[in-house]
Amino acid sequence: MNQEILDRLRMDDRFPHILCPGCGIGSAMNAMIRAIAESGLTNDDICIISGIGCSSRVPGYIDADTFHTLHGRAIPSATGVKLAHPDKEMIIIAGDGDLLAIGGNHFIHAARRNLDMTVILINNHNYGMTGGQYSPTTPQGKRAKTAPYGCVERAFDACEMGIGSGAVFVARSTTYHTPHLKGLIKQAMKKNGFALVEVISQCPTLYGRLNRMGDAVKMLEYFKENSITVSQVKEPKDAEGKIVIGVLHDIEAPEYYESYRKVCEHAQRR
Amino acid sequence: MSIQLLSGNEACALGALKAGVRFFAGYPITPSTEIAEMMSEELPKLGGIFIQMEDEIASICAMVGASAAGMKAMTATSGPGFSLMQEGIGYAIMTEVPCVIVNVQRGGPATGLPTKVAQADVMAARWGTHGDHPIVALAPWSVMESFTLTVKAIEISERLRLPVLILSDEIIGHMREVVSIPESVAIHERKKPTKSKDEYLHYHDETNFDAPFAHFGEGFRIHISGLTHRQDGFPTNDPKVIKWKMDRLRNKTDLNRDWLHFDEHLDLDAETVIVSYGSSARAALEAKNEFEKNGSKKIGFLRLITLWPFHYMKVAELLQNTKRVVVVEMNQGQMTREIARAVRRDVQVIDVNRYDGELITPAEVLEKL
Amino acid sequence: MYKKYPKPVECKSQSGIEIIIIKEFCKGCGICVEFCPKNVLALGSDFKVNVANIDACNGDKLCELRCPDYAIFIKKQKKSKES
Repeated sequence: MNQEILDRLRMDDRFPHILCPGCGIGSAMNAMIRAIAESGLTNDDICIISGIGCSSRVPGYIDADTFHTLHGRAIPSATGVKLAHPDKEMIIIAGDGDLLAIGGNHFIHAARRNLDMTVILINNHNYGMTGGQYSPTTPQGKRAKTAPYGCVERAFDACEMGIGSGAVFVARSTTYHTPHLKGLIKQAMKKNGFALVEVISQCPTLYGRLNRMGDAVKMLEYFKENSITVSQVKEPKDAEGKIVIGVLHDIEAPEYYESYRKVCEHAQRR
Repeated sequence: MSIQLLSGNEACALGALKAGVRFFAGYPITPSTEIAEMMSEELPKLGGIFIQMEDEIASICAMVGASAAGMKAMTATSGPGFSLMQEGIGYAIMTEVPCVIVNVQRGGPATGLPTKVAQADVMAARWGTHGDHPIVALAPWSVMESFTLTVKAIEISERLRLPVLILSDEIIGHMREVVSIPESVAIHERKKPTKSKDEYLHYHDETNFDAPFAHFGEGFRIHISGLTHRQDGFPTNDPKVIKWKMDRLRNKTDLNRDWLHFDEHLDLDAETVIVSYGSSARAALEAKNEFEKNGSKKIGFLRLITLWPFHYMKVAELLQNTKRVVVVEMNQGQMTREIARAVRRDVQVIDVNRYDGELITPAEVLEKL
Repeated sequence: MYKKYPKPVECKSQSGIEIIIIKEFCKGCGICVEFCPKNVLALGSDFKVNVANIDACNGDKLCELRCPDYAIFIKKQKKSKES
């Protein structure tokens, strides 16, 4: 039995957990926990923060300091915790609505500020918890409970938003490519600064059903057939309609807390 | 003691620093920005954290996160920001995270009168956030009290594990007075849990007062959630447990009304008593002195310092001999309702209200005496 | 404090690979069954994962990694010298 992994969970009466059968969030959580374990972090070295939504219930299942905050407010809340404990690794679990709609303002500013934290965006293209409404990442034309005739709006590319806002590490994977996802999460946690990992995930119960994408297995097959790696993209048209997975952005930039500490030293010397 | 010429905002920031606040997250807004400016200058020197967030919602969330992680934390804002912070205040109440929110009130609603005074956020302070909840709100009427009440607010929030509001206003915030600032003030240290990680319950049943509690980063692996929760912090749908939590929250103020009540009063046996708070109380006291100059008749004066929780029994007792109460405030009578509920039916309750951005004048109060 | 979980069903292959299933956690989503490269697993009459072909298992743990519910684990016996 993989005791190492089960020891990191809050077992007792909480399992099986709240997520629907075949929901991708469970696989993303699985990859995250293994990434933490394989990074040599104990559960006391981390704080897991979430907002509201299906993915926001993940921290409750992990035996660590966990912070289930307001809808869209995981990142600013994590900012407070991180500044109080700069030695701890902040891991934010967010859904597409949570991070990019109500939480969008905090997302772009945290990326600009570049405070060290790892944001795992589980993108299942709709608001699952409230019953399948469209979100900022629902592709144009796709159906949702609030888009019965197809989504009118254009969707965000969360990774481009992260890069444009100044994130120092941006990567994407899917719940099919779980070993690949685990590796990206490890890289993101090691990165000193604002790191984003987008996980394209299946929501068979709502988004999948409303768009006739079949069950979890069918949706994962779709991810498998339609994903290409960053290196395979020679020109932009290669990526059209495809899920581009891998490390999309990896640069160095001054980390917020370190810059702030220099300010403190300067202030104290004066 | 050091004699200083300070503004209310500066005295408020200084009080927070002396009381051990080492984390401030805020967003610029007239007329409270001077608090943030002073924090940005002083906290780095003290090894504390100042951060200007992208909006007031982010500010209160960062403050709550830092406090949940063990730091004494504060934010300051004014009307519009105070409205944005309401959900966050409710979150801090539900999760029982100590913090202080300063609202330097200005003319409202909406953008209103950014540089003008008002006291019209009193009810927003009480019921701004949704759901049944306790709240503590203190109203300073001087630069010195901006200092002392901030120190007091931090102690209350730490002991009760509850957000405390300071309802200052543009006049108090921006006026300058000579004050003598103590070298140091008593700093409340949060009690550490004695139980081990496995036995520790984040919302244990010990007294709701000065109870030990753990923070993030101390190995207790606590779970803090805005969902109504059990003693261990995990969500519940059990009506009995929900009632336990809701009663636990209301008892924070219900069981401590006397400890939380602060006021100043003079000549309460007089037939007419003026009731006021904050900067209006300065004009009201002036009117009392003016009235008593040309005659022997006394006018009572009751200045509420604790606005919430409103101590109905105490106010009823204080005003038991009065026939006429004149409530002086810069809004359309928000506190009058509470006063009217506290006094006997036969007592006449008169409003002296001003809501045009100007400070109430003693003359206006004098007319009604 | 959090250590209690149901007793798993265990199944060992000749080459010493063990497949451990916590039936109570499995929600029958079929992901492990579908994406097992060796078709070791199948959904049983209980609509949950069952080991259909234990000896085909190569221990790649893809099922364990993809499972959204921590319902399946693979344990590989350390290759002892003699075998």
